[in-house]
Amino acid sequence: MTATINVFLKEGVLDPQGKAAHHALDSLGFDGVDDVRIGKQIIIKLSTTDKVKAEAEAKEMCETLLANTVIEDYTIEIN
Amino acid sequence: MKVAVLRFPGTNCEFDTQYAFEKLGHTTELVWHEENTLPENIDLVVVPGGFSYGDYLRSGSIARFSPVMKAVISFANDGGKVLGICNGFQILTEAGLLPGALKRNNNLHFISKHQNLCVINNDNAFLNKCNKGEVLNVPIAHADGNYYIDDEGFALLEKNEQILLRYSDENGEPVVINGSITSIAGVCNEAKNVFGLMPHPERALEAILGSEDGVRMLKGFEA
Repeated sequence: MTATINVFLKEGVLDPQGKAAHHALDSLGFDGVDDVRIGKQIIIKLSTTDKVKAEAEAKEMCETLLANTVIEDYTIEIN
Repeated sequence: MKVAVLRFPGTNCEFDTQYAFEKLGHTTELVWHEENTLPENIDLVVVPGGFSYGDYLRSGSIARFSPVMKAVISFANDGGKVLGICNGFQILTEAGLLPGALKRNNNLHFISKHQNLCVINNDNAFLNKCNKGEVLNVPIAHADGNYYIDDEGFALLEKNEQILLRYSDENGEPVVINGSITSIAGVCNEAKNVFGLMPHPERALEAILGSEDGVRMLKGFEA
């Protein structure tokens, strides 16, 4: 199974990279941009074929290493 | 005093740190990250600056799982003194030995310059030779020094006098350098045996090189 993990700074934690990209989009004339947040995507190939197990493994990986839950949130998609 | 200086792949301040403590008359020992134990009779563990594991994923996030860090965590939990400088501060927050986290600087720049710091609390094993409200001049050199902690955590830091230093002007007034909450440059844990700061006291040892304020900071551990 493949776990697609997105890690983003939490709502309310200022995202300096997102803010800089937002400013650049404004400067380029892209009106109507309300917010930009930049995160990272981590794609993990798992040997298990059990979706529930894959999700549990990916969650443990996020909590242990892939996200710093002091400042970051994450989402997991299993395919 | 016997000081252990850790070394990870990508650490680059280990020799400056050794030089600093040896200049103050102490013995030092480099400890490679694959070691499972610390040398015997260590008085202080220093996690020095650099770019451990290329800052991949997040600064300090990989180094924090090195075998030697298990030994450092148990040393700290037994009351042993630990100092993290720059990348060392990032590693100690990732390891959960210090509260909060360090994000990318708010201006996205790598900031490298001499910086004034105001001493906020000195009733601890690190800054006891500095005065409260005193302004120190110490180099900073980092991209991820933007200290974050939630409101609840911040209230605890203030209440327990865990805020060590703030970026300031020459009068001690806080200044925004990297976006840190209330300009925090260094903190300690609640038990006051684990210390972390972004500035480099080991680079402020000689007046001829701009500042010798780092001497009194590092000498604090002798007490």
